[in-house]
Order: sequence, then structure tokens, then C-alpha cells
Amino acid sequence: MNWLSNYVRPKIRALVAPREVPENLWHKCPSCDQMIFHRDLEENLHVCQHCGFHMRLDPLKRLAMLFDDGKYETIELPKAPIDPLKFRDQKRYVDRLKEAQAKSGNADAIMVAFGRMNGMEVVIAAFDFRFMGGSMGVAVGEGMLAAAKLAVLQDAPLVVVPASGGARMQEGILSLMQMPRTVIAVEQVKEAGLPYIVVLTDPTTGGVTASFAMLGDIQIAEKGAQIGFAGARVIEDTIRETLPEGFQRSEYLLEHGMVDMVVHRKDLRPALVRLLGLLRYRTPAAEVVSLPNPDHEIPKLGFETAAGPTPTSTAGDPHSSRPEP
Amino acid sequence: MLTFLEFEKPIAELESKIEELRHLTDNGDINIAEEVGKLQAKVDRLLRQTYAKLLPAQKVQVARHPNRPHFTDYVGALIEDFSPLAGDRAYAEDRAIIGGIGRFRGYSVLVVGQEKGHDTETRILHNFGAAKPEGYRKVQRLMQLAERFQLPVICLVDTAGAYPGVGAEQRGQAEAIARCIETCLRIKVPLVAAIIGEGGSGGAIAIAAADRVLMLEHSIYSVISPEGCASILWRDRTQASEAAIALRLTAQDLKELGVADQIVSEPIGGAHRDHAASIAVVGDALETALSELRGQDGTTLRLRRREKFIEMGMHTLS
Repeated sequence: MNWLSNYVRPKIRALVAPREVPENLWHKCPSCDQMIFHRDLEENLHVCQHCGFHMRLDPLKRLAMLFDDGKYETIELPKAPIDPLKFRDQKRYVDRLKEAQAKSGNADAIMVAFGRMNGMEVVIAAFDFRFMGGSMGVAVGEGMLAAAKLAVLQDAPLVVVPASGGARMQEGILSLMQMPRTVIAVEQVKEAGLPYIVVLTDPTTGGVTASFAMLGDIQIAEKGAQIGFAGARVIEDTIRETLPEGFQRSEYLLEHGMVDMVVHRKDLRPALVRLLGLLRYRTPAAEVVSLPNPDHEIPKLGFETAAGPTPTSTAGDPHSSRPEP
Repeated sequence: MLTFLEFEKPIAELESKIEELRHLTDNGDINIAEEVGKLQAKVDRLLRQTYAKLLPAQKVQVARHPNRPHFTDYVGALIEDFSPLAGDRAYAEDRAIIGGIGRFRGYSVLVVGQEKGHDTETRILHNFGAAKPEGYRKVQRLMQLAERFQLPVICLVDTAGAYPGVGAEQRGQAEAIARCIETCLRIKVPLVAAIIGEGGSGGAIAIAAADRVLMLEHSIYSVISPEGCASILWRDRTQASEAAIALRLTAQDLKELGVADQIVSEPIGGAHRDHAASIAVVGDALETALSELRGQDGTTLRLRRREKFIEMGMHTLS
């Protein structure tokens, strides 16, 4: 080879090639491949500002985004048996668990928190998809029961934000039994007369969808989330056809009558606040104060308005300081 | 014709030998009858030995055996005046799940369960026992009917799983299963489920959140098929027998894990070798379970059912 190809070309390449960017500063949108500055990403609640793609959120970010001022208390979940089947495939399940715990910093795939949304006390159970695909084993079932118990004790609504591939195979039949188990948890909340709202996020499939995640009094889906029972590949193998465009996406479910609404992430908190307010405070505020207030205003949080996740826009809500009916 | 499984080959050979000898007995030769008797004893011994220590993967095969008695066989033999009730009143009639009222040992009951079919025609008619949302919605409707008339419910579970298809997803397969589980846990009448063959994942638990869960000796019940599990965790479907071990899906495993309440013995060589005997034993077990639950009031029943499922998985194996 000559001087040109050995020396000059690499030099030019080095000059032209995109410089290595620090990983923590720039993120690439998995949908449109555009680069997003980390601060913009945080500000946009991990929604791509270029294409609107909703990235998966870990439970800490999810809880911070939903509660007033990002403040909440997590509850320690009851201990569940670890590796009840002594399961091993190519790896031991206990090792997979340890890895997932190290990676996520969580004991299992669910976090349960208590806090306020626009002043209303609310229990939120959020899934961690990084933890073995958010899969549901005994510990997750335990988390759902604990969340329900807390909601009933605090007389607070329960909001569940699943992100899960379904049942956790490594716990065999016991993971399947978490389906009736979590259904009972939901039943306890409903029997206490408390609202149970599900926020379906990407992805929610399998045994999770086929149990507590489809039983909400109100079903909200985040934009573009994959939601379904069977996996797309399983369906393709069964019907031997390619699947329709947008199959099992939030918008598709809305179209087929399976969810109440599809929301952009920035509208999620306002929507929850509004719905919970309507379900919790059912009589005119006028009954509490002596004189009807003509300026009484129910916060309008339409999806068109770019109401931010901060509670400032609803600070003047008369309901927030209202005593329990 | 009885279908023989791979591991039954030595038994199949002996049985065909017996068959051959029987054709010769016309000659009146006494030694042949004696020989047949000897061979038959050998077959029985071999069957007993083989079926006493079936590997999990072999149990999977037996549970899916095409000659195994199915829903229709049980209902035909055990239920008088069976009156199938069709449709979910919303979309369609799903023949993968059959439901109806009838008389079981003197008492009116509701019976529901998946039917796999026994030949090509009936298998297609019943969609191989893979139900769609309308099937699970029909079950909800019928269970509410049962509750209204205080009829105990018998669920016979035999499915590879709920049907994975585009239409099923569009019409809310997940929601239909979730509501079906909810209905099982809500109704204030006795609910007994028997896993008669294959208890396949969500499609099975949808109708098996019961006061008593019986499992036939060689039935299986699992969160995922061993083939599906192998293809995900081993990335190789041929590792299904390994997965079958790891999943702990046999009736014996489930009894130990506290998911099955009782194991119902099958005739020697499996239910497919003696339908009448197998169905009779299941009938007796169902009757016993129902008679234990009959006296209890609805609210207590429901409470106990819930308590039972709240405990699921909280015990580790001893």
C-alpha cells in the first residue's frame, strides 16, 4: 500500500468521523435515531422531542413525574420466597435475580409508593421493566397486594403503572398463580369504593395484561405502547401472516374499544389528577363553603393544552384543600 | 386405534404380538391362550412400571395424548340432561369452550371446559381447545347465571392455551381472561376445577381459580409450554424436556407447590387406555369435593377461595 491509503486516508477519516460523545450527555432516540441532549430528554419526560417516541421509564422517574413536587414515600415490600422452584436454565434463576437487583437497584420488578397528586393522597405501584422484563413472580404479586392494602388503609386511590412482559417463567406455576392473586388485590381496592386506575405503558403483555392490568375502573394507555396478550411472534407463527400496521399499540387498542384513552406522557399527570378528582369529590364544592363561589373553576386539563407535569397549573384548585367528603 | 407414544414402543410391540396370537386361537391350540395370558401380564407389568416413573416430558405427551378422554367424554358419561348454552351475547359462539347446565349425581350444576376434539373435523370445529375472548366471555355469563340459581360450577380444564390471533387480540383476549378470573373469584357458589389434560397458562387459569383444584395423575399445568419456555430461555425448542423438568409442571409438583389440592389416579397406562374407569374416578372426586363445599354459605366460600389464592406461592418447597 502507499502513503496515501496508509497515512492520509485514516487522518482524514479521523477528522470527519463523528466524535465519541459522552454517553450520559446525548441519547439516541430508538425510533428516529436523532440525538437528544440529556437535559432536553429529562425536560420532555423521556419523550423524543423530534418524533414523540415515548421511551421506557424506570419506576423512580415515573413516580417523581406523577407525584406532587416529585415527592413520595416508598413502602418496603414484604419478603417473598426467593427461587421457589430452584429453577435453572442456562443460568440459575438466583443469579439472574442478583444481576437484575444490581442493575436496577430494586429488590424486584415493582415499586409501591404513597404520596399526593394535586393534594390528593394516592398509592402508585410502578413496574421496572429493566428487572427481568418487569415479569410477575411471587414478589410482584406481593407488591400488588401490599399496594392494595395500603390504598385501603389510607383510603386512597390506587394507580398501577405496569411495564411487563408477563408472568415470570422461572417461578413456573407460581407465577401463573399471581394472576388470580393480583386480581384479588384489585378487588379489595374496588370493594373499598376506591378508584383503581391502570396506566398501560410500553410494553404490557401476557399474564400481566390478562389479570390486574386490564381491570382498571379507567384504562389509560401511554402513546405508542405495546399492549396485548400474546406476543407478536407467537401470533405470526400461528396465523402465518404478517401483522397489521400498529398492531397491539395503544392507538390500536383505543380503536378497538379496549382502553378509555391514549395520552401523551406530559398529559398523564393532569389526566390522572382530573379523573381522580372527579371520582373522589363527587358533590359540588359549594356544599362545604357557606356561599357558592361563582369563580369556582374545575381545572381543565385538556390533552391539547400543554399542561406540564408540575402542579403549578392547578395550584388554585379548590378541591386540593377540600376535606374528605 | 390407540396412538402409541415414543416411550410406549416396547408395550406396543407386545400388544401387537398378543393381537397376532389371538388371531391364531381359532385353531384351538391351548398353548396360545397361555402365551397370550403371559404376554398380557408382561404388558401390564411394563405399563405399571413405565407409568409409575414417567419423566416430566413424557407426562406432557400423555397429557396431550389424542386418545385421552376430553370434555365431551366426561360430560357424556357424568352429566344427565346436559344442556349446552351458547354465545357471549356480544360477538360469537366459541366452540373451543363448551358450557351448559346439567345434572351431576342428582344435583343441577354448571359445567364448562375446553374441548380439544378427537379427529380432524372436531379438532377444527373446537379450534383445538384454544378459546378466544368470546369463549371466556361466555364463561363469565354462564358463571353469573350459575350464581343466580345457586348452581355449583365444575370446570374441566384442557387447553394448550388461549388462542393467539389477530382477532382475539382485537377483541381483548387479555381483558376477557382477566374478567374470567375475576368472575371465578367473585361468584358465591362452589367452584371445582379439574385439570383433565393440559392446563395451558392464562387460558387455563381463566377457569381454574377454584375452591378445589383437582389434577389427573398424568395431567400438566404450566405458565408456559415447555417448548415455548425452551425457545425463550434456552433459545432452542429441542430443549423442551429440560424445560419440562425445570418448570415443575406435573400434577405431583403442583400438589407439592400447593396449587393442586388433590391428585386423581388414572387407570394403569393412563386415562387414554380406559375412558370409563378414568371418568368414573374423576366423577367420584368431583362429587366428594362438591359435597364438602355444598353446605357452606356463599360469602364464606368466596372469602376462603380468596384466602387460598392470596397464599399462592408464599410457601417454599420443603
